[in-house]
Amino acid sequence: MTIDSGDTAWVLASAALVLLMTPGVALFYGGMVRAKSVLNMMMMSFGAMATISVVWVLWGYSEAFGQSWHGLVGNPFQHFGLSDLLSGDKAVFGFHAAASGVPAHGGIPALAFVAFQAVFAIITVALISGAIADRAKYSTWLVFTVVWATIVYFPVANWVFAFDGFAAEKGGWIANQLHTIDFAGGTAVHINAGAAGLALALILGKRIGFARDDMRPHNLTLVMLGAALLWFGWFGFNAGSALGANNTAAVTWVNTMAATGAACLAWLATERIRDGHATSLGAASGIVAGLVAITPACSAVTPLGAVAIGILAGVLCALAVGLKFRFGYDDSLDVVGVHLVGGLVGTLAIGFFASASAPAAVDGLFYGGGLDQLWRQAVGAGAVLLYSFVVSGVIGLALHKALGFRIERDAEAAGIDIEEHAETSYDLGTLGGGGLRHAGASMFGSHNTAPTETKINTKGATS
Amino acid sequence: MRLVTAIIKPFKLDEVKEALEAFGITGMTVSEASGYGRQRGHSEVYRGAEYTVDFVPKVRVEVVVDDTDAAGVVTVILKAAQTGRIGDGKIWTVPVEDVARVRTGERGLEAL
Repeated sequence: MTIDSGDTAWVLASAALVLLMTPGVALFYGGMVRAKSVLNMMMMSFGAMATISVVWVLWGYSEAFGQSWHGLVGNPFQHFGLSDLLSGDKAVFGFHAAASGVPAHGGIPALAFVAFQAVFAIITVALISGAIADRAKYSTWLVFTVVWATIVYFPVANWVFAFDGFAAEKGGWIANQLHTIDFAGGTAVHINAGAAGLALALILGKRIGFARDDMRPHNLTLVMLGAALLWFGWFGFNAGSALGANNTAAVTWVNTMAATGAACLAWLATERIRDGHATSLGAASGIVAGLVAITPACSAVTPLGAVAIGILAGVLCALAVGLKFRFGYDDSLDVVGVHLVGGLVGTLAIGFFASASAPAAVDGLFYGGGLDQLWRQAVGAGAVLLYSFVVSGVIGLALHKALGFRIERDAEAAGIDIEEHAETSYDLGTLGGGGLRHAGASMFGSHNTAPTETKINTKGATS
Repeated sequence: MRLVTAIIKPFKLDEVKEALEAFGITGMTVSEASGYGRQRGHSEVYRGAEYTVDFVPKVRVEVVVDDTDAAGVVTVILKAAQTGRIGDGKIWTVPVEDVARVRTGERGLEAL
């Protein structure tokens, strides 16, 4: 198989687009917390970028896309370090026969696929952080990202994304036996992250003052910027999942746009009727809800179907974000309300709205396809939800017992930024006081060093 | 001498400043303040969760004047800051014992 340059260019560009989504999540979440927590909130996303980037090249890619063991998990040592995928026949991926949801096309370099799938793993982990805002011990969070990706994300990605005969001869059970349609990750990314977020929110418990104190978003312009970056990057997420510069990519691009606009309008309309005002946070949230819901479905529906899915997602997610107050769990930034519910809406909607005229070529209930696809969607979604919730809960509990997952009460009240990172996000006042104590650390750290004669001039150069 | 302190609506600051200048007041101190009186706060809604915001943004204007000007300054601020709607603010005066100009060391009325 030869490498198709057009397909390769699109997949590499898409990978970069999707990588940008994680800083987008950081801004989206960061603006929603209070000013005393914004840095920690953003650092949780950036931390996931750092840890998963390394873990992915070590064993993550192999676990997700190596030769699958009974359709459950790839061989984690098969491509350890990726050195075997740099050149030769094994370094070109392509379908030898059409597989479910993705039509046959020319080959792409193995490492282009590795890059594209890496950024999916990163953002899935980052999404979880919104459920535990303001209160998670940072070191434990970093350990969690590695353990969770290894035990939950990589296997689930194998189930859902590893088609037989693409990256390995044998792929995962949801993709190849169950034939659930999940084009870009409604189950593996969004239901997965949402269920894990719910488990962690329950384990860490509520923030001090939950449902009582003023926890308004501190900067909605950051939230809007984050939503904009997410929407932009999501075209790589969905259209890039075609793994080629082709008609499937174009169809999924348009569906992604249409569903997102519809969801934004639906969320705003819901707010206008319920609360009396259409809010900017509602617009940003509606955008993300629509993006989440169309993610699994973008290859399976017509643009009109995409609009219908967007409307459903906008209304249902706008209602779902209130559940945490009713049931008393502090899913701080609504990972459940937006990602779990949105992921379920999109994954199940395929069973109703799928049209054989779309690239996935399957008819849903409303197009005369009967219940066949709907049960496949329900089983796929349910399996990922259950596995993720249970295993994430076990991981979360184990880390909570072993390392402590929640910062001290006083530290939380004072603000996690200053306590965990020794930084504050904004210096808006003029009354700082104090002065420079150490002009940069020596190799042995900035503490307990001998008095230094270094002077700092106004240009910052040392003399 | 008397210190006149006025808590006013932020968007009225320019009008108050101009009125005071026209009256002959040459300096003032302005700071951002938050609080509530009969107006109470307002409510904001985020993802359906309604928060009450008790402390409303206000501007505090402070002017130190000669005893004879105090009543006039209060009237000037009153007229300039008034909208007639709830939340217009408050003005009060208190006696001031001494004032010093830092640059020259002048004291009392000369320092104003």
